[in-house]
Amino acid sequence: MTNEEIYARVSELIKDVDTKSSTITPETTFQHDLELDSLTVMDFVAELEDEFDIIIPLNLLPELETVQQVTDAVEKIMSKN
Amino acid sequence: MDLFSKFDPILEQRNALPFEEVDPFTVVMEKILSETEAVIGGRNTVLAGTNNYMGMTFNEEAIEAGIEALKEFGTGTTGSRVLNGTYTSHKHLEQVLADFYDMPHCMVFSTGYQANLGLISTLAGKNDFVIIDADSHASIYDGCALGNASIVRFKHNDVEQMERRLRRLPEDAGKLVVVEGIYSMLGDTAPLKEMLEVAKKYGCTTLVDEAHSMGFMGEHGRGLAEELGVEHLVDIIIGTFSKSVGTIGGFAVGKHPKFDVLRFACRPYVFTASLPPSVVAGAAASIKQISDSSDRRAQLWDNANRLHAGLKQAGFLLATETAESPIIAVKLPDRSSATRFWEQLILSGVYVNMAVPPATPVGMNLMRVSITAKHSSAQIDRIVDGFKLAADKIGLDSYIPVK
Repeated sequence: MTNEEIYARVSELIKDVDTKSSTITPETTFQHDLELDSLTVMDFVAELEDEFDIIIPLNLLPELETVQQVTDAVEKIMSKN
Repeated sequence: MDLFSKFDPILEQRNALPFEEVDPFTVVMEKILSETEAVIGGRNTVLAGTNNYMGMTFNEEAIEAGIEALKEFGTGTTGSRVLNGTYTSHKHLEQVLADFYDMPHCMVFSTGYQANLGLISTLAGKNDFVIIDADSHASIYDGCALGNASIVRFKHNDVEQMERRLRRLPEDAGKLVVVEGIYSMLGDTAPLKEMLEVAKKYGCTTLVDEAHSMGFMGEHGRGLAEELGVEHLVDIIIGTFSKSVGTIGGFAVGKHPKFDVLRFACRPYVFTASLPPSVVAGAAASIKQISDSSDRRAQLWDNANRLHAGLKQAGFLLATETAESPIIAVKLPDRSSATRFWEQLILSGVYVNMAVPPATPVGMNLMRVSITAKHSSAQIDRIVDGFKLAADKIGLDSYIPVK
């Protein structure tokens, strides 16, 4: 799966949890732009894991602030599997 | 840059708590009258927010043992378990616990927090995985943060989600699954049998934290694993002396033949002073009695059921359908109503724990009520009456579907 394809799927998944219907860009941040609470973030991470059939370790989460960073992390984890 | 400015959100949140006289987070116990009563703010108060489930804090034999040890061995050991801090009594307590759990090995820590911190951070190394429940206690999260393993989290008590994650992990990797018998905020139990079976299917080492379930679950009070008959699937049990045992300290019991090597590798065990001999003696006396306390266990369950039924009948929204433990959590709509409700309770002479985020799961605002084997029926009714009165006083109706 290419980075662009992953980005498109990630963006789709964000729409399910984003109650504000924000415009998603690669630079959109989860905390400040989407204002997701910790519970929603947890559910979103679980969705990502199931969608791409990967594990996103909890230790990685503090570094994943933007949609692009999440996309890159998913790509990197998938390439290792 | 003021290092303390990062705490401004905490101060703001605290300043916004709408209490008038009594701050829920700065309560001082002025006198302890018994296992179930204290003087707080000059008022005689029923204690319904302790972890003294088996009511052992004033147990005569434990107190006697403590006093004797205090006189014979002094106030403290002044040293680490691996240097000068291991007395005969520490070894004796470890033997008592090993016998109690019927496990070959036991390590006694200075607190239960350190037992989780130590075991998790030490056992799971750089290329290993720790698989935890999202509602895990802070000591489990902190054990994860202190170590170098990858942390995999699944939704609270969700066995399917747990299995989907285990399936994705490398087959030959080291894997430690950590679950609790009873979760301390909602008082709910884990589907332990299913979880342990799944964990074993994927070759994981299993650690069960029985901190809140020790004392009153299972025939001997060993915890949920004993109650469900699944102890053979558990590799390590973590527990504490600060709840049912009625003092302070923590322990880990385990089956692995090399278990004792952790005494040299586990930093929260090595780099702290050991428990004072009086605490150790009190804990040993208490545990010996707990294993033979089926009457006390029956009384505790009666009390838990009476409290749950009383609050349910009064119409409160409870976290569990039935009393799964001596912890009964009452849900309130928000932080503000929780604060006002709690204040009315304490002013009427009932102490419970106010539990709000981030200490609680999924943004819940709770009155965490916990009961002991020593509460009388009259005291339990007094707690329920206090809840009804508090609801009236603050005009709570939306969370009381049945009037």
